[in-house]
Amino acid sequence: MADDLINSFMNGPDEQGRFGIFGGRFVSETLMPLILSLEEEYEKAKVDPDFWAEMDDLWKHYVGRPSPLYFAERLTDHLGGAKIYMKRDELNHTGAHKVNNVLGQILLARRMGKTRIIAETGAGQHGVATATVCAKFGLKCVVYMGAHDVRRQAPNVFRMRLLGAEVIPVTSGRGTLKDAMNDALRDWVTNVRDTFYCIGTVAGPHPYPAMVRDFQSVIGKEVRWQLAEQEGEGRLPDTLIAAIGGGSNAMGLFHPFLDDKTVNIIGVEAGGKGVDEKMEHCASLTGGRPGVLHGNRTYLLQDDDGQILEGFSISAGLDYPGIGPEHAWLHETGRAQYVSITDKEALEAFQLSCALEGIIPALEPSHALAHVMKIAPELPRDHIIVMNMCGRGDKDIFTVARHLGFDMSDTEEGRDLDD
Amino acid sequence: MTRPTTRIDAKFAELSAAGKKAFVTYVMAGDPDYDTSLEIVKGLPGAGVDVIELGLPFTDPMADGPTIQLAGQRALEAGMTLERTLQLAADFRKGDTTTPIVLMGYYNPIYSRGVDTFLADAKEAGIDGLIVVDLPPEEDAELCLPAQAAGLNFIRLATPTTDDARLPRVMQNTSGFVYYVSITGITGAAEAEASDVGPEVARLKAATDLPVIVGFGIKTPQRAQTIASISDGAVVGSAIVAEIGAGKPVSEVLDFVKSLAEGAHAG
Ligand SMILES: Cc1ncc(COP(=O)(O)O)c(C=O)c1O
Repeated sequence: MADDLINSFMNGPDEQGRFGIFGGRFVSETLMPLILSLEEEYEKAKVDPDFWAEMDDLWKHYVGRPSPLYFAERLTDHLGGAKIYMKRDELNHTGAHKVNNVLGQILLARRMGKTRIIAETGAGQHGVATATVCAKFGLKCVVYMGAHDVRRQAPNVFRMRLLGAEVIPVTSGRGTLKDAMNDALRDWVTNVRDTFYCIGTVAGPHPYPAMVRDFQSVIGKEVRWQLAEQEGEGRLPDTLIAAIGGGSNAMGLFHPFLDDKTVNIIGVEAGGKGVDEKMEHCASLTGGRPGVLHGNRTYLLQDDDGQILEGFSISAGLDYPGIGPEHAWLHETGRAQYVSITDKEALEAFQLSCALEGIIPALEPSHALAHVMKIAPELPRDHIIVMNMCGRGDKDIFTVARHLGFDMSDTEEGRDLDD
Repeated sequence: MTRPTTRIDAKFAELSAAGKKAFVTYVMAGDPDYDTSLEIVKGLPGAGVDVIELGLPFTDPMADGPTIQLAGQRALEAGMTLERTLQLAADFRKGDTTTPIVLMGYYNPIYSRGVDTFLADAKEAGIDGLIVVDLPPEEDAELCLPAQAAGLNFIRLATPTTDDARLPRVMQNTSGFVYYVSITGITGAAEAEASDVGPEVARLKAATDLPVIVGFGIKTPQRAQTIASISDGAVVGSAIVAEIGAGKPVSEVLDFVKSLAEGAHAG
């Protein structure tokens, strides 16, 4: 590992694409040359002012950035402790942070002359964002989505189709997000010449974890100046909190603050029905161990034989048995702390946000909010927490209605939803 | 680097001396269950198979098509593990000390067990070589170099995307043979054009002294013959695995293998 990583948490990965032992390029030979050329192209784009000028322009006029940093006053009063800010990435075009990254990757794909974009999606937010940007640039878009998620996130499936994407329900394996990623990789291996794989989180082979992080870092960079604007020059957050599926919204918020030693960093994994031996959760760091999947070494939910286990969460966007390799490294170095929140706690946070702030959050950031609810009351009033409100809840209202015992079955939309 | 001498090297020396092409088959260990799988594997040499690729089941076989995915699921459901896969190889070895076995799979079960433990156990079980799909040359320190130090061949896949600039790197730490994946795609997919494969094999052979074996998409004896005639041998996987998946009796599976072997050996 490069020496400068000891002095800075912000310089990873090394030239092998590693964060400590995590990350790397564990892909088949067919894909290896593609990954190397992507890395080369990204390295060029990264230092090209024209590339970033185009990104900034699209972020501003197409996505609606900067997203507000909002002081949640009634929530703060209700919890009676730390001062709570929400980073409002749910206000982005398409309703989540996913589009920040998609724009970057699609601009790269265009530079590389690729005409066909593929993506995997869990909650459908990354799929919608990819379909959206492909529509804008007139690119062919194919989205792989686990058959189970196609059912529980029906509104997003329809959105993708409206936007002109082909949505392929994945039935291989057990038909979940990890299987969708497998099928996307199988597609890529088959269509190497014209296809660009737009990965939706900070996972996959190098350079994806670093590249997606760099695109999402716009979140944390904005928080830095927005908080200074509202709280005074030089004021940093005391605690950052974000939900983790693969970890992209969290990396985006965390990365610009990694070297600010006073900033306490907390990632929230999906605890499902509880992190115990029954393994009905998606908490890779708290309930998994290191392994290799989808091109990188990271913490994975797996059995004694190294077979990958299915996650379980009320939130389709967190339902992934792995986590981005940089999080695995931040966990092992102790720079960030990782906790888990159960489905039940997330549902309570979801309702509190609606009731006190008039914000219907996605189930994913509801996990982050639930942890805010746990720690804020014990913290002093001058302690500033920034949580990433990384998605809006429109896609989740059917799931939540069912869990709250609210019958929507006779509405048109509610008809063929299962759990 | 110094390359280990194994049953694989001996087999190819023997084939070359006899002026014969190699016939290589892939089956998933433990598919549909341990006993049937062992019976099939035991029957392969008699059906004309020169090298056995033994699939190590994994939940997430990202380079495999539906046929081999399902075989892996059947094996896992029947209780197959890495340990039992090695046991199957060891059971086979009791009755056959010359046919090479190449373990083919993905890295995680091996990493999970621990590389050093795995290598010692694999050697002990009579495994001769490894093909690990998700370990490109960039990750050679993980398993490729330790495996060769432990006396196992590490067989690399070369593909249509492996360009000339990259080829030396792919060949560098390879031993046993080179496996040319004749299409860009997953196992069980459509076959490549023979007119494309010939020049590619020549390109690989210019870069290595190792035998070049061609696989992916070979499903018939005719095809095995065509491919073997323009290379050092042919690999058949999905077509055999599909027969096993269809529940054919072992004798019928082996008859099919025999017909493929005759094709390849006529090449
Ligand atoms: C709103 C929202 N938050 C979080 C996630 C999880 O992804 P990540 O951890 O990469 O941010 C998703 C994924 O679909 C999402 O839609």
